[in-house]
Amino acid sequence: MASIAAVPTVLNPIRSLGRSTLAALRLIGAVGVFALRGVAAMLTPPWFAGQLLRQLAAIGFFSLPVVGLTAIFTGAALGLNIYTGGGRFNAEQVMPQIVALGITRELGPVLAALMLAGRVSAAIAAEIGAMRATEQIDAMRTLSTDPFRYLVAPRLAAAVMALPLLTVVADLIGVAGGWLIAVRILGFNPTVYIRNTAAFLQPSDVISGLIKASVFGFIVALMGCYHGYTAKGGARGVGRATTHAVVSSAILIFASDYLLTTVFAGA
Amino acid sequence: MNQDLPKLAWKGVSKRFDGAPVLDGLNLDVAAGRSLVIIGGSGQGKSVTIKVAMGLMGVDAGEVLVDGQNLVGQGGASLRGLFSRIGVLFQGAALFDSLSVWENIAFRLINADGVPRQAARARAIEALGRVRLAPSVADLFPSELSGGMQKRVGLARAVIADPEMLFFDEPTTGLDPITAAAINELIVDQVKRLGCTAVSITHDLASARTIGDEIAMLHGGKIVWRGPPADLDSADNPYVRQFVEGRPDGPMNTAV
Repeated sequence: MASIAAVPTVLNPIRSLGRSTLAALRLIGAVGVFALRGVAAMLTPPWFAGQLLRQLAAIGFFSLPVVGLTAIFTGAALGLNIYTGGGRFNAEQVMPQIVALGITRELGPVLAALMLAGRVSAAIAAEIGAMRATEQIDAMRTLSTDPFRYLVAPRLAAAVMALPLLTVVADLIGVAGGWLIAVRILGFNPTVYIRNTAAFLQPSDVISGLIKASVFGFIVALMGCYHGYTAKGGARGVGRATTHAVVSSAILIFASDYLLTTVFAGA
Repeated sequence: MNQDLPKLAWKGVSKRFDGAPVLDGLNLDVAAGRSLVIIGGSGQGKSVTIKVAMGLMGVDAGEVLVDGQNLVGQGGASLRGLFSRIGVLFQGAALFDSLSVWENIAFRLINADGVPRQAARARAIEALGRVRLAPSVADLFPSELSGGMQKRVGLARAVIADPEMLFFDEPTTGLDPITAAAINELIVDQVKRLGCTAVSITHDLASARTIGDEIAMLHGGKIVWRGPPADLDSADNPYVRQFVEGRPDGPMNTAV
């Protein structure tokens, strides 16, 4: 201890940096191990089908309104922006194609995932965190049921399955939002708009968005489960877990979006 | 099985949190079919003592032996084997909020033992009767129950699979004296019915006297006194004296 105390004050920033780096590495390791355990529980029996269906409803079905609303307004705003911006170099007519591309490749999956991060990741963290605080997770273990299989795996699987479906809905509604603005306000021909959109889009545009959505779904559920499962300190700890789940989900969604876009752009 | 072998034993068990010792070479055992109650002040390691015995927490040193088999360092299969033999009544009952009363009671039967839901429901309602709750309670949710009813449901859940060992974590905390007496009576009934080994922790001396064949006092991470409930009042151990008399001044005060 004496030697540590004797470290000159000028080295304090380096010491802090070292501590932060070690803490970050520990967190990455802990999340990585948690994710691997979750994937193993997802892929190997026993499976809890009832829990999976319940989570599919909670994560997928009940997120439809918020994802739909977000998509229609985003599609409409995107359409307007592209039309206005495109007008600066006489390219207004590419609006349908750009809206479709932007929604399917980027905004559909990212916005659906962000809505899920706010709605679902927080709810998962709060629910599992409260179960941790009230010893329900310990109780589950003593009842010969692995909480990873009963709580974590169904949520991970449901989010991985539900987010691509929500993204399809977001894509359709987002494109419809652009169409609505184009036809009602900007004077586009409705049939031509749809024909141009359909002719321009390639399967890879939609598929890349759906692959992104699966990854984002995993991230959203993983962050909710991890922060809830490791919550400490009663109600305050649960609150902290909820905040961390939402913030870390959002950051990881953006980071993985960039990485996946790079991969798809190269492919 | 060797009849002299304790059902459950802690041998030199130590556990620290953030460097502070909570259990300090704890030695304790309980014979098969006996009911041991651990008493002690707050923060003396009672919960940690039963959590390490339930396989919910690791130890820094020592052994936790069930039927002579050391649990420490054992992996999933051994712990699953242990969990299939124990029942636990948690301090706050720890009922699953999202499940009905009968689904809570039958949780192990449905999810671990593969019992069909209808049969599991019938057994859950039978277990409700054993803790003197009406079948109409079966479809309620935990949030609709009083604290005493939650404890009864927790007890029904703990005993439904006829465990070899029962653990009670502060079974009467937060209950009025009449409800607490009823819970104590139910615990005694169920332990006798199953003929199982029981370990309880409590601050409640009335509860300790009712449910224990033996009482052990934990202080500073060690057992400082052990004896039958009848000897509690006449014990000359200063820690026991202070605890029984409920005096704020004494060795426990200075030690804490």
